Formats: sequence, structure tokens, C-alpha cells
Amino acid sequence: MSDKLVVEDVYKIFGPHPHRALELMKEGLDKDAIFARTGNVVGVREASFSIREGEVFVIMGLSGSGKSTMVRMFNRLFEPTFGHIYVDGEDITRMTDKQLIELRRRDMSMVFQSFALLPHKTVIENASLGLEVSGHGHARQHERAMQALEAVGLGAHANSYPDQLSGGMQQRVGLARALATDPTILLMDEAFSALDPLIRTEMQDELLSLQQEKSRTVVFISHDLDEAMRIGDRIAIMQGGQVVQIGTPQEIVSNPANDYVRSFFYGVDVSQVYSAGDIASRDAVPQLRSGDTDAAGARQQLGTNGCAVLLDESGSFRGLVSARSLSDAADLDAARIADIDTVDASTAMSDILGRAAASDWPLVVVEDGRFVGTLSQRDILHTLDRTHQ
Amino acid sequence: MTQDEPDLQDHETIGPLETLADWFSETVLEPITIGDWIADGVDWIGDNLQGLLDGIEAVIRALVDATEFLLLYPLWLTAFLIAAGVWMRFGVKAGAITTGVLAAAFGLGLFSETVQALLWFPPPWVLAVLIVLGGIWRVGWRFGLFAAIALLLIFSMDLWPETIRTLSLVVASSIAALIIGMPVGIAMARNDTVEMLVRPVLDLMQTMPPFVYLIPAAIFFGLGTVPGAIATLIFAMPPAVRLTNLGIRQVSREHVEAGQAFGCTPRQLLFKVQLPLAMPSIMAGINQTIMLALSMVVIASMIGAGGLGGTVLTGIQRLQVGVGFEGGLAVVFLAILLDRISQSFGQRRREGNAYGNLLRWFFSGRQKAGA
Ligand SMILES: Nc1ncnc2c1ncn2[C@@H]1O[C@H](COP(=O)(O)OP(=O)(O)O)[C@@H](O)[C@H]1O
Ligand SMILES: [Mg+2]
Repeated sequence: MSDKLVVEDVYKIFGPHPHRALELMKEGLDKDAIFARTGNVVGVREASFSIREGEVFVIMGLSGSGKSTMVRMFNRLFEPTFGHIYVDGEDITRMTDKQLIELRRRDMSMVFQSFALLPHKTVIENASLGLEVSGHGHARQHERAMQALEAVGLGAHANSYPDQLSGGMQQRVGLARALATDPTILLMDEAFSALDPLIRTEMQDELLSLQQEKSRTVVFISHDLDEAMRIGDRIAIMQGGQVVQIGTPQEIVSNPANDYVRSFFYGVDVSQVYSAGDIASRDAVPQLRSGDTDAAGARQQLGTNGCAVLLDESGSFRGLVSARSLSDAADLDAARIADIDTVDASTAMSDILGRAAASDWPLVVVEDGRFVGTLSQRDILHTLDRTHQ
Repeated sequence: MTQDEPDLQDHETIGPLETLADWFSETVLEPITIGDWIADGVDWIGDNLQGLLDGIEAVIRALVDATEFLLLYPLWLTAFLIAAGVWMRFGVKAGAITTGVLAAAFGLGLFSETVQALLWFPPPWVLAVLIVLGGIWRVGWRFGLFAAIALLLIFSMDLWPETIRTLSLVVASSIAALIIGMPVGIAMARNDTVEMLVRPVLDLMQTMPPFVYLIPAAIFFGLGTVPGAIATLIFAMPPAVRLTNLGIRQVSREHVEAGQAFGCTPRQLLFKVQLPLAMPSIMAGINQTIMLALSMVVIASMIGAGGLGGTVLTGIQRLQVGVGFEGGLAVVFLAILLDRISQSFGQRRREGNAYGNLLRWFFSGRQKAGA
């Protein structure tokens, strides 16, 4: 995947003396100290990262950490004070006003927390906003806005007014408005934060399914961890204007960069984050192949669980052997316990808790039939415990 | 305590403090003669900008005359409203065609004798009926009933011509005040420096006693309706400016950002986002401008603007309580009618989406609704 949006050493400083603030920052002062000394508010400091084409990139952080400021620099609603931002390799910080308007009409659109729909326009007229300002003919506006409304399931409400719709439906209009211009980048600033939890989940699913049909680069701002984990391919965590960590949800959960990040994940339901494949251990249970040894030899090699996995030459899982099954068997094949339930590597950990509790044996995790590893009750408890340390 | 106090009149006690005070009043205070400066300035304008003054006079006179004509010949007003409505909703071309058709029909006498008679010799009640219908449409039937009774009383007091004169002055001055005031309000909203400069001027305009405007108006434009209209439009302008500015500034940040994020030029942002969302506030400003204009038009009768103010003035001069009260009552009726009807355009109405429809009418009328 190529980089769609590259942020290079970007700062946003609100206030009259940005250079002075920059000096203090270099001296290592934090946001509050800089504000006390100079009256400048540090919105974003020293941000460098890139967002890949087609990914859902979530920016997460507490309120005031600079998320909105960051995303508004991507379409230059806010001018970066220092640094460069490249979209498809083109430096947008150098664009003229005219080029900028062109960029916003062609490549980017935005969805807002408060929906920001125009109350005096109908749903379809709202959805046409981007097309209308860029001078598309009326027929074309109507056609594309209608497509976008149908994509979010609002075709039937085209001629309603926003105040006749529920919050969730209004934000669908916001989403349709953003999709209607067929942008390559979608900026969403806490787009679902104002919705109640059920509707919010529904909208997240909607976004994911829209991504399935046609993947756009989505920059999604959220202060809600569950949301971030659910929809984010990668997450950037911001603290006091700084990006403190970027990674996949699993990377961040298993390896938080500092206490701030850890505190975010405190109490997070890790069983949702991890899949069976993530936590399966390859070596906890010995692996035997049919021709390797005889039953007596195998007895010597059983692990602490009193069992071993039996694989074929290609590494596919064939079954388990235990001390008991080996005791009166002639060879490994005869001792094989075949009716072992396997778990697919992509299964969420939360979905295997019951099976792990009920099973006498460690769970066997496979991917396309190939053995990946095993999961004992102990492994699972240990993982669950990790974020509560 | 009083015994030892030095006698201030005693010249022998003049000390450095008194000298300083003398110096201050001679060199600093005496040269400051604000009244003289203003008078000089007014003289200078009269001497040097006569052409400009003539131009202003011509424009205002045309506006007042046109308004009065439309009110006196209400079928023309109806035709005018139809043409203006078509123009706003369907564009310049459709508006021009409608105007042409209506003008041709009127000119060629395509209508029946009765219509022709109404066109050129309308009985005064035609306008009254239009006002009552407008009241029913915009506010409700009870208000329509009130309007009918109020207008009937005005007729019975024999004050209809004066009422028309006052109404046309109010309408013309308000239109002029809006034409000047709204762009100023827009400029203020978009630029903090402009706001900083204009705000004190507005404060001055609003706290200055209204009578003061009559003096330069009379000096520059003599006596009569035109100076009356000019004094009125100046006095009535501040709320239109202020509330346009305020309304635009109150548009939520995310709405403005939405406009920008979807690629609006500054102009598109103004017309597609800021003005429509500022509409309730702007409408409140228009309402206030109209009410101020009405109060000023009464005062302007002192420089011969005529109308109901003239009736009141006559009552004062001749100490005829009855005449003065009748004039005053007609002003009150007019005020209530103007207030409620103009207010109704700024309110979100309960039934349907009248507010939305009104804004659509103004701002997105040229594209027909989808489907
Ligand atoms: N227009 C502005 N002028 C001055 N300071 C601002 C402005 N916008 C945001 N800030 C400041 O920048 C910081 C980051 O704000 P923001 O990006 O809105 O945070 P978040 O979206 O993460 O809640 C805050 O301290 C905020 O007060
Ligand atoms: Mg924010």
C-alpha cells in the first residue's frame, strides 16, 4: 500500500509568537508551560507520520489533545504553522487558494460531529453541496447525490428536511454529502460521537461496509477506544498535541508507549482486541509427526498438559495424543484422538472463552488446516490479566 | 473650618496651579469647538459636494415616489411582487419575461374595464384588503381581523392618505437602510478591523437624539419628504447592520467549516451557508429597522415630511388633543401591522416547514427541488 497522506514535521501553534513557542518547545517545555510563558496554544507539535491509501486511520486522544486541529490541517481549514503535508505526493501547504479549493472539491470531504447540515435545504440538496459549489449541472448533482443517499440507506428521505430526521439519520446525510463527490480521502471528526451507542455501532458497521465496497482513505477521529479498535486499521494516539504512538490496535495494546497510552487501554476488553492466532503459543505443547517415534518414545515427550499434537508432514493438524491414549496403542496413529475441536486463528478471543473453560485439552488453533499453536486456560487468563497489571 | 479658607477671588493668591489652569483653558480647551467644526464641515459639504447631494436626493426621491406609487396603485404593487417573486425563484430571464407579459397586458388593456379602473383609479380599500390578506397569510386569521378593524378605524378618522404617505416613507427608508446596512454588516462580520471601526459609529448613531439628524438633512436637502427619508434611513440603519453582523458571526464554526471543506469560495460560503443561517437574526434586524423608521418618520414631520407625523404635529401646534390622539392611534396601528407582518418572516413556523421554504425561496430558488 502506498502512502496517501504524508505529514512531515508539522506544528500548529495558535497565538502571536509561534517562533518563540517553537524555541521553548525545543527546550523541552510542555504545552501548559508554553502557554503560561508566551500565551501561545500548542495545537499540534512535531507530527510526522503517513497514512496509507485505503486504510482507516484513527486518531485518538483526550479532549484538547489536538485531534481536531490535526485533521483540519489535512484540508487546510487550519494552516500548519510549520512543516509540510503531502497528499498523493503534492505539498498542500504550498497550494494557492484556488488549488486548495480544487483539492477540497476533488479529493477530500469531511464529516462533522454536529452534522453541520444546512437546515433550509432538503436532504438531497444537502447531499449535493459539494457538487453544487463545484458547478456540476443540476441533473448530475441529483443523480450522484441520490446514489450517495441510497448508499447510506436514505433514498426514501431525499425530500425531507434535516430537522425531520433522527440524529443517526442526519449523520447519514452528513456521510452521503461526503461520499457524493467521490473523494479519495474522508476526514471524520468525531463523526459518531454525538450518537447514542446503538446507533453509533450501526454507523460504524455502515462505514466498514462502505469501505468494503470501495476503499477510501479514512482519517477518523475518536475519543472512544472501542470505536477506534473496531474500525481502525491503525491508530495514532495523541497527547498534549503530540503523536505519542502509532500502530495496529494489537500492537498498541500489547506494547503501550507510555502510561498515558496504557491508561487509555486500562479496562479495555482485550478479548475483543486479540484473535486466537494472536495469543496462541506454538511451543507450549510438543508436536509429533507420525513417523518420528513410537508410542513409548512419545510418552517420554508429553508436555506438562499430558498431551502432544500430532501433525502430518505438511504441518496440518491431525489430532492429539495423551498419556492414556498412548498407553495401550501400538503406534502414534493408533493413539490419535481425532475428534478434537479446532479454533480458527481469526476467531476473537472473546468467542472462545467458553470453549476453553469447558475443554479438558488446550484449544488447538489452526489457520486453513495448518497448525498455528495451542491455547491453554492459563494462556488466556494471562492475556486477560496483562492490561490490568 | 470655613474661616481660614483662602478667598479664591483674591488675585494676590494666584499661584502656579491657577496659572496652569489658565494656560490649559486658553491653549487646549478654547480651540476645541466641536460645534463650529461640525458646522464648518456641513458648510464645506454644501459648497463642494453639491453634485453628490443632488445625486442622493434624486435616488431617494425616486425610491420614495416609486414606493408611494405602488402603494397608491396596489394592483401595480401586486404585479411588481409577482414579477419579483418569479425573478427570485426562477431567475432573471423568467422575471424579465413575466415583467414583459404583465406590462404588455396592462399597456394593451387586455384586462376588463374593471381591472383597468382598478389599475388607474383604485379605491383606497384595495390596499387595505391586500394588507388584511397579507396579515391572514403571514400571521393568522385573528390578526387579519385586527388588521381589518384597525384599517377601518383609520379610514373612519379620515387619515388614509396620511397613513399611505407615512407607510411609503417607512418602506422606502427601510429599503434604503437595508441596501446600505446589510453590506456593511457583512463586511463587519468578515473583517475584525471593519467591525472595530464601524461599531463606535453605530453606537453614536443610536445614542444621538433623533432630532439632531433633522438639522443637516434639512440643510442639505431642504424641507419635505426627501430629507425626512434620509434622516429616517440613517436613524433606522444601525439594527440592520448590527444584526447582520451578529447573525453571520453566530453561524456555528462547524457549519462554516463544512462550507469550506466542501470547496466553497468565500462568496459561495456567504450566500450558501452564512446568510441563510443568519436569516433569523437578519430578519430581526429588518423588523427593528422598520420599527425605528416608523418612529423617525413621525419625528421627520418637523421638517415637512408630512404623513401621520404631520397630523400629530398639527395637534401639538394647535393644542387639539383629539387630532393629535387620532394621528397617534393611527401610528400605533401601523406599528402593530408592520411589526407582526415583518416579524412573521423571521420566525420558524410550526406547520410544515415555512421557515425552510422561505429561505429556499430566497437562496436556492433558482434550482428546482429534486425529483
Ligand atoms: N482556533 C483556535 N485558537 C486557539 N486555540 C485553539 C484553536 N483551536 C483549538 N485550539 C486549542 O488547541 C488545542 C487542541 O484542540 P483540539 O484540536 O480541538 O483538540 P481535540 O479535538 O483533540 O479535542 C486545545 O488546547 C485548544 O484549546
Ligand atoms: Mg475535537
